Amino acid sequence: MADPVSVKRRALPDGGGLSSDMIRRYGLILILLLAVIVLSIVSDTFLTFTNIMNVLRQVSINGILAVGMTLVILTGGIDLSIGSLMAVSAVVAASIVSESPSAAVVALIAGMLASGVLGGVSGTMSSRLNVAPFVATLAMMTIARGIALIYTNGRPIVVDSAAFKFLGQGYLGPVPFPVVVFVLVTALVGIVLYMTKFGRYIFAVGGNENAARISGIRVGRVKIGVYVINGVLSGLAGALLASRISSGQPNSGLGYELDAIAAVVIGGTSLFGGRGSLLGTIVGVLIIGVINNGLNLLDVSSYWQQIIKGVIIAGAVILDQRAKKN
Amino acid sequence: MTTTALRMTGISKAYHGVKALDKVTLEVRPGEVHALMGENGAGKSTLVKILTGLVKPDEGEIEYYGKPVRIDGPQAALDLGIAMIHQELNPIPEMTVAENLFLGREPTRGPFLNRRELRRRTRELLAEFGFPLDPDEKVGKLSVARKQMLEIIKAVSYNAKLIIMDEPTSALSDGEVKTLFQTIASLKGKGVPVIYISHRMEEIFSMTDRVTVLRDGQYIGSKPTGELDPDRLISMMVGRPLEAIYPKETVSPGEVAFEAAGLTRRSVFENVSFQVRRGEILGIAGLMGAGRSEVARAIFGIDRLDEGEVKIGGSPVAIRHPADAIRHGIALVTEDRKELGLVLCRSIQENMTMASLPLSERKAFLSRSEESRVVDELAGRIRVKMRDPKQLVQYLSGGNQQKVVLAKWLLTRPKVLILDEPTRGIDVGAKAEIYRMMSNLAKEGMAIIMISSELPEVLGMSDRVLVMGQGRIRGEFQGGQITQEQILACAVGGERDG
Repeated sequence: MADPVSVKRRALPDGGGLSSDMIRRYGLILILLLAVIVLSIVSDTFLTFTNIMNVLRQVSINGILAVGMTLVILTGGIDLSIGSLMAVSAVVAASIVSESPSAAVVALIAGMLASGVLGGVSGTMSSRLNVAPFVATLAMMTIARGIALIYTNGRPIVVDSAAFKFLGQGYLGPVPFPVVVFVLVTALVGIVLYMTKFGRYIFAVGGNENAARISGIRVGRVKIGVYVINGVLSGLAGALLASRISSGQPNSGLGYELDAIAAVVIGGTSLFGGRGSLLGTIVGVLIIGVINNGLNLLDVSSYWQQIIKGVIIAGAVILDQRAKKN
Repeated sequence: MTTTALRMTGISKAYHGVKALDKVTLEVRPGEVHALMGENGAGKSTLVKILTGLVKPDEGEIEYYGKPVRIDGPQAALDLGIAMIHQELNPIPEMTVAENLFLGREPTRGPFLNRRELRRRTRELLAEFGFPLDPDEKVGKLSVARKQMLEIIKAVSYNAKLIIMDEPTSALSDGEVKTLFQTIASLKGKGVPVIYISHRMEEIFSMTDRVTVLRDGQYIGSKPTGELDPDRLISMMVGRPLEAIYPKETVSPGEVAFEAAGLTRRSVFENVSFQVRRGEILGIAGLMGAGRSEVARAIFGIDRLDEGEVKIGGSPVAIRHPADAIRHGIALVTEDRKELGLVLCRSIQENMTMASLPLSERKAFLSRSEESRVVDELAGRIRVKMRDPKQLVQYLSGGNQQKVVLAKWLLTRPKVLILDEPTRGIDVGAKAEIYRMMSNLAKEGMAIIMISSELPEVLGMSDRVLVMGQGRIRGEFQGGQITQEQILACAVGGERDG
């Protein structure tokens, strides 16, 4: 019955959601640029090569997590367990290299596999057993943490493997290795999201699960798939962290899920699923990173930093809502 | 004493240059049931939205019980005593009848709820209408008709002086319709006029006193119902003879393309068997809740079948997921396009290719060029009005959205096309185009199953008609000389109240 209204929308010269997406996307980039400009004026050190590499290294772990989280949120889900999955991967990888220091790659893969499996369990719970993703991954958050603690008896595992340490501490030319990993992960996930059928299904499932199912898409498989990918990427991030601090800590990764979710949300991806972009998430990651770095350079206390970050998250979502209304 | 309750004159409303209403008149007298008729897109809902304050008219006057009024917003409409009984009712299911009736204005004693008073007043209200409702019954347990009753009583208890009902019987069983009509009769007794929107001819002729007809935003006329008959009313609404809308060509049907044998889903439908031949359009008629959509869902693998078999081209196929159905050449245009048919927040292109993507030979990667070629070709063939295939589907009109759904299914190259209410909520022009498309597809040898509650559509498009009622097939008619009355009698026949 709402035909006249729709006719109106169709007749609008520029009423498409695409353009509002663009505005939002460029709006975000403008915010990032603004932050960069302001910080390079008020701080001498900000716009130096060393500091920029420093920022990139600092954001790389959250970046890898946020990329995985983007896939999950695009399906309309959420994963609260990634911090704990990082810990599982960290202790698994650390335990392997503490036995055989040269087996860095094996350790990394084992860590990623372990957290990938746990991600798959969350995905199965939410898609096959109809547990809300929030609840399923909340459960996994404590289960995985428990696994990491049991596995290590609650004690950190010291890493003394040069090969493994390279992951988090090494450089490829002037570029820190975690940054290289972050870039590769982003490119890979970008290909999956935008160039494969699976990527298309992710948007469809998040946009309207029922319509996707009726179109013949195996919704359950898609969901489990994104939780597995997210788990694997959390494992990668966890191993990088263990390598960076030369130790597999069962308590590592605490609270990391929040920064990842924040980056995705700042990046304009809808928590209801179906709408959003990987580029948005990357910009979100960089905004958080640049602002953290800037506030550190300006000697703002970490207490204030938390408040500022919260304000930015809220502001981004308010902007997002506005853009949706127009 | 005024002789008119409501007089709207010269009402116009345009949405960005498109006239939804053009100098429309509506006059409603106290105590009358006034039918507002017109095809979808005729402007009924815009007119109602103006009355309920959701939309402001560009020009025109509204006179309400003798006084000129302006309805600036929903609150203004409520203050005037204009109440709309919605198609989808939204009482709070976990609250009781009494709590719902007095929601937001509960009788209190000091800071506390006064339950005794609440119950007493509820009983009083119910008695006024002579309704046997229990004030302490949870609303969620009431039938739809009783929920409607409750809404109407609620409206009247807010001193409603004009009640608007939009398709109130669409979800009601026959027995329930009777209850609703009693409610309307008691409103008449109180002098409260009702604006009644319905597509069902029998209701218009048995219930209403006068009819106003709109067509394409124009006021066509008002007449006492007694001076009209269904044919004259339809030609007022449509403005042209029916044949022009239904371009059905007779095709000599080929071999059996699809067969359902003894389909049963317990307590939903039972022993449903039928065949469809290539080139044939099989209409499935029946009342709302007859189990027609449910049969389609089960055939398509959305819901489980308890018993029965689906055969494609003579051989039985196992369908456990829509993906299986699609692979076997079945397509389903669902009744609810927004909930089940489309991913509204994605583009036309993505929606169109969604169902054929799993079938494509390429294993993992998309082929953008292939995709846009297919989409351009199809969008041209079925004439989707769009600026760009990347446009989001949510900004299309209902008719164009429905064409996108159709395109999506045609891309799967189906042998059997199931259409569930294919023209619900779309304008006359798009309707005619969809009919033409159906006719062409049948001519090309597709087997088409059309579930529809619009009898003219069923009669105009089907080669053969099945009538379902209460989950069973009640009868079968060969096209040609079927009448609406026959189908209705069959759909209703043997249905007992409650």
